[in-house]
Amino acid sequence: MSLILSRRDLDFLLYQWLDVEALTRFPRYAEHSRDTFDAVLDTSEKIATERFAPHNKLNDQHEPHFDGERVTMHDQVKPALDAYCDAGLMAAAQDAEFGGMQLPTVVEKASFAYFLGANVGTSAYPFLTIGNANTLLKHGTPAQIDAFVRPQFAGRYFGTMCLSEPQAGSSLSDIVTRAEYEGDSALGPQYRLTGNKMWISGGEHELSENIVHLVLAKVPDDNGRLIPGVKGISLFIVPKYLVNADGTRGERNDVVLAGLNHKMGYRGTTNCLLNFGEGTRHRPGGKAGAIGYRVGELHRGLACMFHMMNEARIGVGLGATMLGYTGYLHALDYARTRKQGRVISGSGKEASAPQQPIIEHADVRRMLLAQKAYVEGALALNLYCSQLVDVQHNSDDAAERERMTLLLEILTPIAKSWPSQWCLEANSLAIQVHGGYGYTRDYNVEQFYRDNRLNPIHEGTHGVQGLDLLGRKVVMQDGAALKALGAVVARSVARAAAVPTLADYAKTLGESMQNLAVVTQRLWAAGDIHKTLANSSVYLEAFGHTVLAWIWLEQALAAQRLPADDFTAGKLQACRYFFEWELPKVGPQLDLLAAMDTTALDMRDAWF
Amino acid sequence: MKALVSVKRVVDYNVRVQVKSDGSGVITEGVKHSMNPFDEIAMEEAVRLKEKGKLTEIVAITIGGAKNEETLRSALAFGADRAIHIKEEGDVQPLTAARAFAAALKKEGAQVFFAGKQAIDDDANQTGQMVAALLDIAQATFASKVELDGGKAVVTREVDAGLETLEVDLPAVITTDLRLNEPRYLKLPDIMKAKKKPIETVTFADLGVEKGAALTISKTSAPPKRSKGIMVKTVDELVSALKSKGLV
Ligand SMILES: Cc1cc2nc3c(=O)[nH]c(=O)nc-3n(C[C@H](O)[C@H](O)[C@H](O)COP(=O)(O)OP(=O)(O)OC[C@H]3O[C@@H](n4cnc5c(N)ncnc54)[C@H](O)[C@@H]3O)c2cc1C
Repeated sequence: MSLILSRRDLDFLLYQWLDVEALTRFPRYAEHSRDTFDAVLDTSEKIATERFAPHNKLNDQHEPHFDGERVTMHDQVKPALDAYCDAGLMAAAQDAEFGGMQLPTVVEKASFAYFLGANVGTSAYPFLTIGNANTLLKHGTPAQIDAFVRPQFAGRYFGTMCLSEPQAGSSLSDIVTRAEYEGDSALGPQYRLTGNKMWISGGEHELSENIVHLVLAKVPDDNGRLIPGVKGISLFIVPKYLVNADGTRGERNDVVLAGLNHKMGYRGTTNCLLNFGEGTRHRPGGKAGAIGYRVGELHRGLACMFHMMNEARIGVGLGATMLGYTGYLHALDYARTRKQGRVISGSGKEASAPQQPIIEHADVRRMLLAQKAYVEGALALNLYCSQLVDVQHNSDDAAERERMTLLLEILTPIAKSWPSQWCLEANSLAIQVHGGYGYTRDYNVEQFYRDNRLNPIHEGTHGVQGLDLLGRKVVMQDGAALKALGAVVARSVARAAAVPTLADYAKTLGESMQNLAVVTQRLWAAGDIHKTLANSSVYLEAFGHTVLAWIWLEQALAAQRLPADDFTAGKLQACRYFFEWELPKVGPQLDLLAAMDTTALDMRDAWF
Repeated sequence: MKALVSVKRVVDYNVRVQVKSDGSGVITEGVKHSMNPFDEIAMEEAVRLKEKGKLTEIVAITIGGAKNEETLRSALAFGADRAIHIKEEGDVQPLTAARAFAAALKKEGAQVFFAGKQAIDDDANQTGQMVAALLDIAQATFASKVELDGGKAVVTREVDAGLETLEVDLPAVITTDLRLNEPRYLKLPDIMKAKKKPIETVTFADLGVEKGAALTISKTSAPPKRSKGIMVKTVDELVSALKSKGLV
């Protein structure tokens, strides 16, 4: 049995629930069929299991090291990534022209899930590279694509995203990295960048020939001042090595590693403070300043970068999901083999009877069931969102495309934050199932927990996601996104209402959605933006649980159509768990929101 | 020079195989299947020989139901040029398989028949040898190194005493052992190319082979559970325990 991901579950989600084979109706995917999808999943499972999983713990124990000159890391990382690139996985979703196989996003993500679950630290390199290349493919010029996108899809260059600075994390409008215009070049308008970027994942390593940094920076106005706010932000390609006209590697650019951050988890991924334009060690063209090529229009950088950020947010959710998923499978395996105590039977406990596997204890099954509900639900949601991307990009019906866009807008904060919160909780429960052993480094589950603790922080903190959802997404275009979601949920509710075993859940979900809409309206009727947004992270959680209840109802609908077996029984039981144990948590949260509670808002700094 | 490579679809090596409750076999429904790992090694070797210019064509061949097409597609993605699917839904015993492969080998005029030394489902380790016997050609089994040159193959074999090197005239049967090579991972673009490569479907009758059943399976059962061990305190105790069991 794989301890990374259940193939039975993945097959169920892809083929029996989402019916991804139907995507072959789009010309882009017409040459595909289930056997090509399966072949990709088989290959992914194999490489992830044989090349990524074996060094997951080693990566954690021997984190990358910087001696002031070079970064070194565990010697199994590069061969694993080489195998990944050689198989063509970096370009899986791309056109044949880029070495790709035009795989639908949803299958690409399912394939990537294996890598995330096997070794999240090593997977971060392709994760960032694919996101970087996709962004440039959309916003770059043909020359930029040739120079920087092709080598990334071929696995020769890796990519990063450089947004954060020491003083500007959540508040990107406060970045101060400067980009001074120098003149035009074959690779676009050329600038010299100076500044510091903090937390840059994959910012330095020797795993690839070159590193393509996508950097947010501000171009000063005629008086040399930086424009305040996000309006002043532009996007730049800053390669570690300049690229010659013939594609060969050129001069070293003025980007240097100032230091590595020593993290709680995700240790396999280098996390860097990068200095741009130090002017001491590398002076390309004999001058200080990192050479950068502008992508897209001046002052429109954040909009371009959102392409990468939105993709990364669903990706972060999938990473959180997979850490939870592998933790759950580890806990399940442990619970079936670890013997402890006896279950009380008719006449009480029989002390002379052999000890029983801990899965025989109801409380252990409760913890496993909770994990199952969190991780399988989260995986389902992430795959659902990925399939929305496929339809959004391929449908020839403009109204349908628009609907997909709206659904993605509103579901992205959930797809990012819900797994980050609840699959982390699943990791905590996986440790609990292991008892004392789970708290030791001899077992794997403590690492999953530490790795997963990152996910509510990066790519927009939990708080930022709450603000995005309540402050922007639910009210965008007069609530069009919320309405689009409401319509999809209503369809599921109607279908489930016709199934006797699911009718009660359908009713509960329908009411829950209704309450959510009422509370949303009430919050926005407050007339005071501080009051409206004060409890937005509670709103995010209530919204997330409601969405996941819908996802579970959908899975139950698909499961009850299949011949009954242990697998389908497990799905139906997890749905039951979600409706009986989890969805009721939403009621008190909505009450608190509806009451416009201001306890946190009114609290004063001085009162602490 | 053409090579025929047999590829069998078997329950994946990661699956914990379970015996059917009536003892009539093992559960194969709803469990993951993949190419027999020894056959993957055979495919890999053929592809490497082709890359070295020693072979000009690789034909993958399988016997089985509709699902075996997946296995053939993997073989084609590996690098086979085309494939032959001998369609048969029922169980096939080694002798029948060997007859079919022998007929196909003759029909194709292939110089080398590559097969895994055994398939991990029945572990019979018979088919390759039977093909050689039926055609009265040379065989080199358990290969850990293969060189093709002109009309000959030089094959290093793994035997109990170590390694043995044989030179055999072609055509010949070569069965592959674990240490021969490490099969590559499929490349995604090759998975798409494989879709366009031809698969010819034939039946036993087309090949003039009669499906025999020389063996009857009377019962399938799980291996006995290991019984609990005991701890002894001294060497003397160990010796007497062994003696009492009649083991020394
Ligand atoms: C391991 C790791 C990898 C990372 N990788 C990258 C990367 O590759 N590229 C990159 O650019 N960045 C990266 N980041 C940076 C990450 O995106 C930021 O850490 C994150 O955006 C938060 O910024 P901050 O750390 O400055 O925290 P702050 O923004 O200072 O936030 C501190 C706390 O205040 C809260 N807060 C802040 N503003 C508000 C507000 N307006 N309303 C309510 N609450 C608020 C936050 O929610 C948080 O709880 C990474 C971070 C880590 C830890």
